Amino acid sequence: MRGAVRAGLWVMFGLFFLFPLYAMADFSTRNLIAGGRTGQAWSNLVTDDALYQSIVVSLLLAVFTVVAMLVLLVPTMIWVRLRAPWAKGLIEFLCLLPLTIPALVIVVGLRNVYLWVTYLLGESALTLTFVYVVVVLPFAYRAIDAALSSIDLQTLSEAARSLGAGWTTTIARVVVPNIWSGILSAAFISIAVVLGEYTIASLSGYETLQVQIVLIGKSDGPTSVAASLATLLFGFVLLLILSLVTRGQRSRRSRGIEPGVTP
Amino acid sequence: MAGVGRRVRETLPLLPFFTVVLIFLIVPTVTVIVSSVYADGVFSLDRIAALFTGTALTALANSVLLSGATAVLGALLGAVMAWLIVSSPPASMVRRAVLSLCSVLAQFGGVALAFAFLATVGLNGVLTLWVQQAFGWNIAGSGWLYSLSGLILVYTYFQIPLMVIVFIPALEGLRDQWREAAVSLGASTWAYWREVAIPLLTPAFLGSALLLFANAFAAYATAAALVSQGSPILPLLIRASLVSEVVLGQAGFAYALALEMIVVVAVVMLAYNLLVRRSARWLS
Repeated sequence: MRGAVRAGLWVMFGLFFLFPLYAMADFSTRNLIAGGRTGQAWSNLVTDDALYQSIVVSLLLAVFTVVAMLVLLVPTMIWVRLRAPWAKGLIEFLCLLPLTIPALVIVVGLRNVYLWVTYLLGESALTLTFVYVVVVLPFAYRAIDAALSSIDLQTLSEAARSLGAGWTTTIARVVVPNIWSGILSAAFISIAVVLGEYTIASLSGYETLQVQIVLIGKSDGPTSVAASLATLLFGFVLLLILSLVTRGQRSRRSRGIEPGVTP
Repeated sequence: MAGVGRRVRETLPLLPFFTVVLIFLIVPTVTVIVSSVYADGVFSLDRIAALFTGTALTALANSVLLSGATAVLGALLGAVMAWLIVSSPPASMVRRAVLSLCSVLAQFGGVALAFAFLATVGLNGVLTLWVQQAFGWNIAGSGWLYSLSGLILVYTYFQIPLMVIVFIPALEGLRDQWREAAVSLGASTWAYWREVAIPLLTPAFLGSALLLFANAFAAYATAAALVSQGSPILPLLIRASLVSEVVLGQAGFAYALALEMIVVVAVVMLAYNLLVRRSARWLS
């Protein structure tokens, strides 16, 4: 009886969540004119110039954001734990603040800031990197914080320093290899966030992948659906790999995937 | 003086982080707050007052309705699904896959989810065509998918997974010893749930529901991709006033609307934090 209820619930949830994904696969391979199947929508992902360009832009943005986030956050978080513990609360508060201040609010207030950014760096979608670093902060902070909590940072760094290593060497060659799983989580989650981001890009007028998907959707449904399914699958594979790679390395409470406000 | 020097040396490495957060998070937020009460350098409550007029009030009411409905639906169904997952084998591949799928749908879906439902129950959607062939009904008729009821359906699709992710830690915090203690004192399974588990889980459940509310209230991408005309909810009204400065007869109205969003989300998140702290006393 209990088993039947459980099985019934699994089927119900399974249908609700998987059917739309199946529908996307079906819809994007349907040949609307001649009937039957076609791979046209999927090949558009690389042959349609505007779409392909936007995929490249989004991937570049993801890479830049991950690098900037790591360079900014990892040394800061290590430093705070070792030398400036008084700032730990403040850093945590600031990192989690984007959960309370929606991306939509940031983009409304961003206009003046971006006038300066584009004045200094030129008009490019890649300038979104700065604001994306802020958007991924809560996710990245939690992943790295969990990894840092699981090692004895004080002892490690004192050992390195007493053997003559400078701060840069200590961080890059002693601490970072020990928090590798946290860094990987932070990077993967940031990539997924950046590839899925639409709010800020569209309202600042830059053509990233998601913006292009919506634009194309007005005239060519199947291609948009194919691109949407591709991003969902990509994100799914990314997070699945993450959960396999970091298996057993982290305690139950420190999983990198945590609550947040959807972009 | 040596103390001050040390303090400076300790703070210096933190400056890049503070600078980026200041420019790209604090400044925009302060800009929104200040600009909603200052127009062209003059203090004025006109923009705030405009929040209490027809269009803006309707959008707010719709947003509250949408967020409330999907928070309740998502919390109830998500809690059931979380329970299903927790009672399955812990390290199985199925469980990993389900959790990965949940976090993709909950956090990174956005635009893609709008297209998922267009492909399912849109005008040429797969389910629409099936039902049409089998029964002759047109389930996509009247374009309900692009209205508030459509948004409730699509939002539920990402609210349930979010509930799963935030509620599983609370469920995992229930210790086996508590059940054993209850059972050895003669409690039935039902009595254990009623007297022990549910009271313990209630703060976490309510807290998660609040998080879901804030999540739906601030969500933009899915709605923006689905609804291209009209502004039934607050985030879309913000879009309308950003894209066309004078669409509502009031330049800079977006600032006031954004302020309204900050206030609602901040209040809800504050309540969420209080509940989480309460829940952490037992389930940590």
